[in-house]
Amino acid sequence: MYVAVKGGERAIDAAHEWLAEERRGDPKVPELSLAQIREQMSLAVNRVMAEGSLYDPDLAALAIKQARGDLIEAIFLIRAYRTTLPRIGHSRPVETSDMRCDRRISATFKDAPGGQVLGPTFDYTHRLLDFELAAEGAAPVAQTGEPQQASTPRITDFLNRDGLIQDEAHGDATPPDMTRQPMEYPADRPLRLQALTRGDEGFVLGMAYSTQRGYGRNHPFVGELRIGAVEVEMEIPELGFDICIGEVTLTECETVNQFMGSKTEPAQFTRGYGLVFGQTERKAISMALVDRALRWQELGEENVGAPAQDEEFVLAHSDNIQATGFLEHIKLPHYVDFQSELELVRKMRRGAQGSMKEAAE
Amino acid sequence: MTAMQHDPAYNFAYLDEQTKRMIRRALLKALAIPGYQVPFASREMPMPYGWGTGGVQVTAACLTPEDRLKVIDQGADDTTNAVSIRKFFERTAGVETTEHTVQASVIQTRHRIPEAPLTEGQILVYQVPIPEPLRFLEPRETETRKMHALEEYGLIYVKLYEDIAHNGAISTAYAYPVKVEGRYVMDPSPIPKFDNPKLESAAIQLFGAGREQRIYAIPPYTQVVSLDFEDHPFEPSKADHDCDLCGCGTSYLDEVITDDAGGRMFVCSDTDFCAARQAEGHRGRLSGEDAA
Repeated sequence: MYVAVKGGERAIDAAHEWLAEERRGDPKVPELSLAQIREQMSLAVNRVMAEGSLYDPDLAALAIKQARGDLIEAIFLIRAYRTTLPRIGHSRPVETSDMRCDRRISATFKDAPGGQVLGPTFDYTHRLLDFELAAEGAAPVAQTGEPQQASTPRITDFLNRDGLIQDEAHGDATPPDMTRQPMEYPADRPLRLQALTRGDEGFVLGMAYSTQRGYGRNHPFVGELRIGAVEVEMEIPELGFDICIGEVTLTECETVNQFMGSKTEPAQFTRGYGLVFGQTERKAISMALVDRALRWQELGEENVGAPAQDEEFVLAHSDNIQATGFLEHIKLPHYVDFQSELELVRKMRRGAQGSMKEAAE
Repeated sequence: MTAMQHDPAYNFAYLDEQTKRMIRRALLKALAIPGYQVPFASREMPMPYGWGTGGVQVTAACLTPEDRLKVIDQGADDTTNAVSIRKFFERTAGVETTEHTVQASVIQTRHRIPEAPLTEGQILVYQVPIPEPLRFLEPRETETRKMHALEEYGLIYVKLYEDIAHNGAISTAYAYPVKVEGRYVMDPSPIPKFDNPKLESAAIQLFGAGREQRIYAIPPYTQVVSLDFEDHPFEPSKADHDCDLCGCGTSYLDEVITDDAGGRMFVCSDTDFCAARQAEGHRGRLSGEDAA
């Protein structure tokens, strides 16, 4: 005898208890502390901060712990928390020219003022599993040098001096805020860059890669990649001047792209731009490539119909929280809709079988 | 049930007052232009996109401490997501909740309109996955907005015509498009087309699409016409059975598989409606004597 399904509430509570137990894992193994995650999983923390659009390493570590290491789930936790935070004001634009660089490289010049600073990179490591790490040895200590005191000049500024690279328009307009205004297409560049910097790393990487493989090719070189801390300044109305309220680590990438010139413009290099919270260089480079691909109209290039050139396609699908939510919602009950389809299919089959029978007679 | 205190860690109904104000503005605009999709700055909620974030934000903006809230999914109060959303508002708003349609002042729904006619003063909030009725004919927002502005709805009629030409019938069974007050073509959310006639209602109907950042509305007593042709009129349809628990012959039914030998039964999808009928003594084919 069928009894209408009850007990959803109890089932949910029980599922949550089980989840909490699974999250902790074997209690004989010591629990992870937030400081351990923050310090030793720092690139995961960086990704959560970047795509969560909230710069707070401790909260990101908490989210990773709570999400059992599922970074999209952790980003989701941060985004939902971010909704509850009041907006106090906005900072001055950060000055990345004054960045204290941990890493700064250029692929376009062998050397340049400021030098090539490799910093803590995986780039030239051989990807061999280091079994000594499994043994938990003493903390490694790196050699140190004198920090550079002067600010590091920009590579693109050298090109700009000769007019070899397209100049970016200067503006004082307050950029739109995609977390406070509904997305509108066509989007302007500040809005596109906002969407890309919080977009899913995998999606943005895939889009960027597609341009390299010929779907809207834009011949990029990494003009400069820099990673380091910048100061965040805010004007305090009561004081009437700017004060530094803290610092954030950023990754900035400027690509230098070939541009053959158009009917109105002489040949000149163009730029793509990526700026992401934390040490997140794969994302920043990807962002710069996609940014450049999306600028086809502004630069008078041809739309070859490549996915990465399609602003609405890229921006509407880059957010992993939107994507994963909508994708996973098909797990929810749909039996009302399915029932109506069932009736329709049965009715149409009856109709078709009826007319086949008639034809046979 | 008595009202509880809401969780003091959050503002009443989770959202801050500025956000609620922004949503209320969008709601007023939506009510002023029935069927028009108003863009709004949807927030990230603590439940996933696609799970009712639009509905939750609309409900949060409408709730007052005196409200009595009902949440249904597929017509039922006890489906997991309905339970989850009801709990969310119990915790963050501390409002009274109910399973009885007639007692609720705000009803949030996914995929159904309750069987009992709604009355003046009630608000029905729909969760909407894809607010754009033209989306699957034209994927671009820039294009569909233009089509609405120019009232260019030929494409959707062509689609319905092609359905008839290929299948002999319009093959849309849910989320069946409607025209509101003779102007905007609107997606009624994925309710079965059986529910479409109930869109002309005494209640306020609000539609929230969180991920797509759109709000739209049907004010009370607004004309809502399901798209059709003179020679192929719109037909609301349901399973050709009576409810096996309450015997109702006019309610929308869920089909339940009861064994692995093709056995099945049909029950009202609106659990409150079915329970009320059983309490009044109505019996269906499979009601036990002790069923209540």
